[in-house]
Amino acid sequence: MKLLELIDLHTFYGESHVLHGVSLSVNAGETVTLMGRNGMGKTTTIRSALGLTPPRSGEVRVRGTTVTRWPAHRIAREGIALVPEGRGIFPTLTARENLLVSARPGRWTIDRVLRLFPRLGERLDHLGAQLSGGEQQMLSIARALLTNPSLIVLDGATEGLAPLVRQEIWSAVRQLRGEGTAALIVDKEVRALLEIGDRHLIMVKGRIVFSGTAGDWRARSEENLALLRA
Amino acid sequence: MSFSLFGLQVLNGVEQGLLLFLVASGLTLVFGVLGVLNFAHGSFYMLGAYLAFWISAGTGSLLAAVLIGIPVMASLGFLVERLAIARLYKRDHLSQVLLTYGLVLLFNELQRALFGNDVHGVDAPRLLAFRIPLGSAQEWPAYRVFTAAACIAVAALMRQVILKTRFGMRVRAGASNAEMVEALGIDVRKLFSALFSAGTALAALAGMLAAPLTTVYPGMGENVLVLSFVVVVIGGIGSIKGAFFGAMLVGLSDTFGKVLLPGLASAMVYAVMAAVLLVRPRGLAG
Repeated sequence: MKLLELIDLHTFYGESHVLHGVSLSVNAGETVTLMGRNGMGKTTTIRSALGLTPPRSGEVRVRGTTVTRWPAHRIAREGIALVPEGRGIFPTLTARENLLVSARPGRWTIDRVLRLFPRLGERLDHLGAQLSGGEQQMLSIARALLTNPSLIVLDGATEGLAPLVRQEIWSAVRQLRGEGTAALIVDKEVRALLEIGDRHLIMVKGRIVFSGTAGDWRARSEENLALLRA
Repeated sequence: MSFSLFGLQVLNGVEQGLLLFLVASGLTLVFGVLGVLNFAHGSFYMLGAYLAFWISAGTGSLLAAVLIGIPVMASLGFLVERLAIARLYKRDHLSQVLLTYGLVLLFNELQRALFGNDVHGVDAPRLLAFRIPLGSAQEWPAYRVFTAAACIAVAALMRQVILKTRFGMRVRAGASNAEMVEALGIDVRKLFSALFSAGTALAALAGMLAAPLTTVYPGMGENVLVLSFVVVVIGGIGSIKGAFFGAMLVGLSDTFGKVLLPGLASAMVYAVMAAVLLVRPRGLAG
């Protein structure tokens, strides 16, 4: 079943045409990765899908229902949770409050997310602004999980984090995959993405130029790496 | 100045500050969270005072006026947000000032049409119509004690709501990143409506409580609005705690200015604001 489907999205920021007919889909339980250099439209694709920057034309569907012009909170309530670029932690709320502010009942509880990220347990009463980058990213993922989504969208899963913290994040993402939570992941770490994802997409200048499995990706790895090189 | 006179002025200043806090807290939240400069906020104070006058004249009870007036004003706030303010979220401050100033004119005309230009007195509840001796020469009206206590109770309740409830969490989260709140599945539009409506009710409550102290007169909203903006700027935009200390500072400097430097009383408040901004350009809590 197609959980999320984007059909021929054209999105603009004012006059500048950012997405040129983006189509992609994420099936239930599937992990899809979105690769591309900076400024190629990955974040815009995510913002369009979630209703934060609605597309000028094209269609967004969640489980077959068209949600293109829905307000962002209603799309989120359909079971899509965002871990945004820059993490989006509320700096003046404590870590605990960051988790509780949007929590909805379901399989994921505070106890369970703390088992996924034990380090957060020691920091619950600290303000969001006082956490390290890695802790903020864990908090952002934990906050998204506590909305009990069927699809988690990670925009820049490990960007700007130390190698050890990255490993921690990737291992959490692997656990989610094992749980059957679908994921759409944007990141720069191609090797980790290829290992973790079921399908991979590459964006160049607002278009999806490659789509395939890790095997397909490796079969033309020279060309793909060239597309990703800055 | 004798010690008891000094004490009385402190009490008056604190009490004026507390009333100002009720008005300024809504103003600072609407500015900090909704991003709207609401000039009509003083009108809600004025309307609260007129409602207190009108209902208590009819029923003989200020308590009845408050009990009826609060839901009426909260509903009015809800309507104003839905019909007017909601159109301003994506607009610049100039459009906001124009529209909310338009609302000020509208509410003032409404007040004139309904109540005329006379100054009206409102009786304090009979139960509180006595005075508490303060030292040998001074006394403090019991209604003022009651007003101060009521404001403190409301402030404590607000603190609980903002720090301990999910609504409060979402308001604080929205103050730093409303889009993220929305992306997490929370209807920010409803949150904003509720917040605006609560701010309106608080300003109106301040007007109702103040009615027996200051009388009820045309233009009373504008005076409070200006002082409230000073409080918001001193406290730091969007900060309730800042608004509290800012309101105390403004209440005390206004009161003492009138006693010590009657000629310069109105300048006193602005001098304090300038002094605070020199030390902390983003306000006490900024």
